[in-house]
Amino acid sequence: MSQPDFSHDGIRTARGTAFRYLFMLCALLSILTTVAIILTLLLDAIDFFAQIPLVDFLTGTRWSPTNEPIAFGVLPLISGTLVITIGSAMVALPIGLLTAIYLSEYASDRQRAYLKPALEVLAGVPTVVYGYFALVYVTPAIDTILPVDLSTFNALSASIMVGIMIIPMVSSISEDAMSAVPDSLRQASYGLGATKFTVSTSVVVPAALSGIFSSFILALSRAIGETMIVAIAAGQTPRMIDLTDPAGMFLDSIQPMTSAMVQIGTGDIVGQGPAYKSLFAVGLTLFVITFVMNLISELVASRYREVYR
Amino acid sequence: MAADTGETPADGFGRISRTKDVAFRLLALAATLVGIVSLAALLLNVAVDAVGWLDWQFLTNPPHPNPYEAGFLPALVGSIAIMLMIALVTFPLGVGAAVYLEEYADDGYLTRFIQLNIANLAGVPSVVYGLLGLGLFVGLFNIGYGTVLAAAFTIALLILPIVIISAQEAIRAVPDSQRQASYGMGATKWQTIRNVVLPRAMPGIMTGTILALGRAIGETAPLIMIAAPTTVFGLPNSFFSKVSAMPLQIYNWASYPQTEFQYGVVAAGVVTLLVVLLTINSIAIIIRNRYQQRT
Amino acid sequence: MMSRDSTASLPAGLGRRDFLAAAGVGLSGGLAGCTGVFAAEGNNVNIAGSSTVFPVTEAIASSFSEENPTVNLSLSKTGTGGGFGNFFCAGRTDINNASRTIADAEVEQCGNNDVTPIEFPIATDALTVVVNPNADWIDCLTVEQLREIWRADGATHWSDINDEWPDEPFELYGAATTSGTFDYFNEAIIGEEANHRSDYHATERDRTIVQGVQGSEYAMGYFGFSFYSENPDSIKAISVDDGDGCVKPSIETAMNGEYTPLSRPLFIYVAKESLEKSAVRDFVRFYMKRAATDLVSEVGYVPLTEDKRDENLEKLEAAIEEVTA
Repeated sequence: MSQPDFSHDGIRTARGTAFRYLFMLCALLSILTTVAIILTLLLDAIDFFAQIPLVDFLTGTRWSPTNEPIAFGVLPLISGTLVITIGSAMVALPIGLLTAIYLSEYASDRQRAYLKPALEVLAGVPTVVYGYFALVYVTPAIDTILPVDLSTFNALSASIMVGIMIIPMVSSISEDAMSAVPDSLRQASYGLGATKFTVSTSVVVPAALSGIFSSFILALSRAIGETMIVAIAAGQTPRMIDLTDPAGMFLDSIQPMTSAMVQIGTGDIVGQGPAYKSLFAVGLTLFVITFVMNLISELVASRYREVYR
Repeated sequence: MAADTGETPADGFGRISRTKDVAFRLLALAATLVGIVSLAALLLNVAVDAVGWLDWQFLTNPPHPNPYEAGFLPALVGSIAIMLMIALVTFPLGVGAAVYLEEYADDGYLTRFIQLNIANLAGVPSVVYGLLGLGLFVGLFNIGYGTVLAAAFTIALLILPIVIISAQEAIRAVPDSQRQASYGMGATKWQTIRNVVLPRAMPGIMTGTILALGRAIGETAPLIMIAAPTTVFGLPNSFFSKVSAMPLQIYNWASYPQTEFQYGVVAAGVVTLLVVLLTINSIAIIIRNRYQQRT
Repeated sequence: MMSRDSTASLPAGLGRRDFLAAAGVGLSGGLAGCTGVFAAEGNNVNIAGSSTVFPVTEAIASSFSEENPTVNLSLSKTGTGGGFGNFFCAGRTDINNASRTIADAEVEQCGNNDVTPIEFPIATDALTVVVNPNADWIDCLTVEQLREIWRADGATHWSDINDEWPDEPFELYGAATTSGTFDYFNEAIIGEEANHRSDYHATERDRTIVQGVQGSEYAMGYFGFSFYSENPDSIKAISVDDGDGCVKPSIETAMNGEYTPLSRPLFIYVAKESLEKSAVRDFVRFYMKRAATDLVSEVGYVPLTEDKRDENLEKLEAAIEEVTA
């Protein structure tokens, strides 16, 4: 975007340069923010790991920061996060993908004009509101409809709500990728006599796969970082999960990483001991996981942009 | 886009594939609607529950342990105060960064790095921004736990990437021919930006910023992390007043024992928050529609 | 037209830049000024501490706020220990809600930061053990049985306590370790020889306990009496037998001392140094007068007697005289 500078006026040039650096400073602030996040998390996390060995933190299967016997194993919290991630993925990925196919392949322009903003609303509702919905409406509703023994605080309602929240993230990025698939590919299949179903599932989806994949990762990263829904509705029971026992996973109370952070952050912990510093160790773990996922998503997405643009 | 392609697949294909086609179409439509319909049902529920609770007394009273006397005023005012501060901080910074990236920066390594970094920051969980606020503003700069300033700065950093990205899109949408015309008349780069690019991009920038403020007003986790108080009485009287916000008050009320809180007062709070949010977003949409014809 | 416009705006632009610079200086100067003025004096009262005392302070703060709308009064629910350790003794709050007396270590921490805590009893609570209303097999527990249920390595199933009770595991909800409620229950029921179990739903949010106990027939929980008195139909209070027969928790039995060992006094602690602020003085005076009224029994606690109230007021005025003299 660099333009030849037609001006030979010294003052103007100086002024232009000043503004250039002022604006650059604003842009560099974003890098500063990242550095600040990493430093904040790292400094206190290092204090924490000086007292609790990193290996114990990463491989421990008990999380009990304040109750004797004290234990700082992060795996139960990661288990909790995993349950929410799996649950919300089961809701959001198929629904989001089908939504994207509908919007890109079936919907008229008029339908799209209504459906897309309506879907965006799903991501715009404050998460504290979703958490409240999960606790006071969804859990009692599931409890009456399904013949299951559902705890007041459970992973199921929280997962459903997180899932609904991230639908638009899956659908909008996937739809962008599908729209970028050249029409010539579709025409060729129609020419061979394929139905719209075949074209959508066998031509468009495979061609847009990297974009779809990118949307999945981004949406799941969002689910992992989601805080208020799980803090309100999923309970505060850090426990290891058994992947072969879906009822045990979803019907009872769990505690994801973010929810543990809220519990520590609401002032339940006294002083500067490891229990308090664990906040930053968990925060760092969460940051690293979501950062890597966002990065992968970004890289995959830039690949599909290169393929079709 | 395949909107008008291949509406008549060649004859000779069996009924099965046609049935499957229709079934799939319906399935996809159902999937598109399921989230929207669920949310609508939930909103209807909460609106019904709020009836009788959301009244003038609720909007103008301080909180109270008795649900029939409980009010939302300090949280409402707190949210608005935080939001105005956020707007003051993010607007200049966001526009500045966007101008740099779109108008000044070359397509080099640093620019790509900044761009990738901004995209990544937009995906950092809000609770992590809360820890940043706790460490940086409450800890290092010592501007007090749970104050208006600490809350505003923390959430400002959170929405800054969104503001930058939307401002960039608005600036990118200004046709290059207009810049060329300005240069052709001897204007400098800065003059071109100030007199041509920014005025043309302003509606888009405003829309993006206001939508981001809508996101900011619903944030709860960062406020919890900077130890914002459970409840506040009276209005903020300085930048260093402790502040409550609507979502935080809702979170705390949801833990009160009485069912009148759970299904009454909290519902009223939720509806109030959503109405404020809707108002903010409507303003953004009105700005966009008013200026859309000109671009 | 474009060039005319831009040349014309050149001096104006410089002017604007000066204005911006001036505004920037003004703003930062203003901020610095605010820090000085408001951090030192301030029309603010900051309170943290026990979730048990929270509703009393909230009710009193709410009516104080209606009479003094310009005072910014903040109230945090942090647990007694969290409030002392992180806020009050660190000099960040003026008042701490406490459901137990201040510990020696906390007095020391306060002393190190030049905070002098003054203790005011403000009400009496009856710690209440609750179960699901459908748990029709149980109405009363002895202190020994309660200890067996809540101690580490104790009973795990209802049938472990009484053969006739269901062979189902307990689902236990209790206070988080930093809360005064936990400390009190631990002291009164578990005692020195055993530890409070750690495999229960520990929370600073009493609503969680109510919801949890409502949700399961085999659940049990404990919390301050007010949370029971708000939900007498959805949860069932257990009578406690301290050797003299079963006594049901109520305002009467707590006041006349029959409900043992689970009735306890509640306090607020005021930092003597904070009484230099007129807003804090006004609020604490208001608090002491209101603590002997129905306002307290409405949130489910036993109000102070008038003698106790007068004692408090005397103590308060003496302290105020010391700091303002």
